[in-house]
Amino acid sequence: MTAQSLKGRPWRKRPTIANPYVRWAAILAAVTYLVLAGSTLDVDWARVARGLDRARSMFAGFMQPDFTSRWSAIRTGILESLTMTVVATALGIVLSVPFACGAARIISPTPIYLLCRAVIAVTRSFQEIVIAIFFVVMIGFGPLAGALTLAFATIGFLGKLLAEDIEDIDPRPLEAIRATGGSWLQSMAYGVVPQIAPRFVGLSVYRLDINFRESSVIGIVGAGGIGAALNTAISRYEYDVTAAILIIIVGLVFIAEYASGVIRKRVQ
Amino acid sequence: MPVLQAASGARTWRQRDRRRTLLSYLGWLIGLIVLAICVRFIAGSTLWFFVWDAPRQAAALVDRMFPPDLSYLARLWAPIWDTINIATLGTLMALAISVPVAFMAARNTTPHPAVRQFALLIMVTSRSVSALIWALLLVSILGPGLLAGILAVGLRSIGFCSKLLFEAIEEIDPKPLEALSSTGASGSQVVGYGIVPQVAPAFAGISVYRWDINIRESTVVGLVGAGGIGLQLDASIDSLRWAQVTTIFVLILVLVVIAEWVSARVRAAIR
Repeated sequence: MTAQSLKGRPWRKRPTIANPYVRWAAILAAVTYLVLAGSTLDVDWARVARGLDRARSMFAGFMQPDFTSRWSAIRTGILESLTMTVVATALGIVLSVPFACGAARIISPTPIYLLCRAVIAVTRSFQEIVIAIFFVVMIGFGPLAGALTLAFATIGFLGKLLAEDIEDIDPRPLEAIRATGGSWLQSMAYGVVPQIAPRFVGLSVYRLDINFRESSVIGIVGAGGIGAALNTAISRYEYDVTAAILIIIVGLVFIAEYASGVIRKRVQ
Repeated sequence: MPVLQAASGARTWRQRDRRRTLLSYLGWLIGLIVLAICVRFIAGSTLWFFVWDAPRQAAALVDRMFPPDLSYLARLWAPIWDTINIATLGTLMALAISVPVAFMAARNTTPHPAVRQFALLIMVTSRSVSALIWALLLVSILGPGLLAGILAVGLRSIGFCSKLLFEAIEEIDPKPLEALSSTGASGSQVVGYGIVPQVAPAFAGISVYRWDINIRESTVVGLVGAGGIGLQLDASIDSLRWAQVTTIFVLILVLVVIAEWVSARVRAAIR
């Protein structure tokens, strides 16, 4: 074959969508959407321009964070966040186990399965902050509302992931224990638990990490934690205090994430 | 596997030997002590009067929430459209930024280890501050509105998207890249024909997954003034119109379920 015969149409990468009509329709739809969305954006550029000054003072605040002048508020906030995280995770783990077992098809009857799935779906659909509003309305301001919020959210998270793990286990050990005459409790303890325990520990530690992150937010609506101090600092335009709080949050999250990564690596 | 031998000569199987049993008991003890301290702290800063009143409050709340005020639905279409826009435009912004960040962070494509550390720092900062805090900051700078919401959702998503994307880049098969560069392909051609086709499915999956998460996030950024349905939610709660709150909740639930369904379908189609 000569070089001449190889000439002609050069090779091109095939387009992702083979049908040209569908391809152009998709592009047109995307452009239309962007134009529509952009037209309803309605940005007040004068306000944005005025904001540049604030951005500058915020940047200055990050260069010189002020840890001292509001230290007592920051300290209370951090303590509340940490305690809320621990209590909520412990409570959430205890509550999520029955829901996870119920939501695992292989070990639970259909009515219980559907009920547990519904509870998990509802707890997962709402953001922590929305749940926090409700708990604050019901039991008043303070870290108890926050702890209950995070525990509630933990049920949905752990329940769903743990249920999937239970459904994925190897059924043979379970069968073997049943075949030797083990009771239901024994088959759970020696057939199911050892198989899911490492994943369970990993997920719990991961959730601990998430709960801390969320505990810094729900204070905005009065559910305790560092969020309240942060909200106050921002609305007073005290950007140096804001910077100090954010640095503490990022630092603690970083430590929590690192620790949870190490623990998860060790148990798996 | 430890087997205990009793004085009578009977042998019993145990899951752990004695040392590991004691250690695990010790671990539980420490955990419970920490938990007890935390419970005491929270109990100390709680006004129990309000807690004992909670069942009555909850009953009153449910009473006021039902039936939902369906006439309010007509005024919610514009905020829902804004909410969807916050999520979509925020995700697009995050994707545009996370592609270069991911390429800087992946061990096999990073120009220099120092650049890699910088990219990792961007990811940690973006991920550890939640969208609501980003929104608080941005509302204070830019004023309330959709733009603050879009930027908040976008900034929060950068870390998530670039982390998953850089892990995908690190896992690619290096052989096509070698083949390409041995034919004399330029750097951009190696990226375009060697790396991009390998990470494109992961990229699409990450985008849709994050979009789904962002739909949830964008329903609440309005609580701090950053646009979307959260603004309406905040207004209804502040004016104690709980029947409207129920309507908003139902709408949010429907939106979240649809987004989750779309995201699950798209991700299943990619795989």
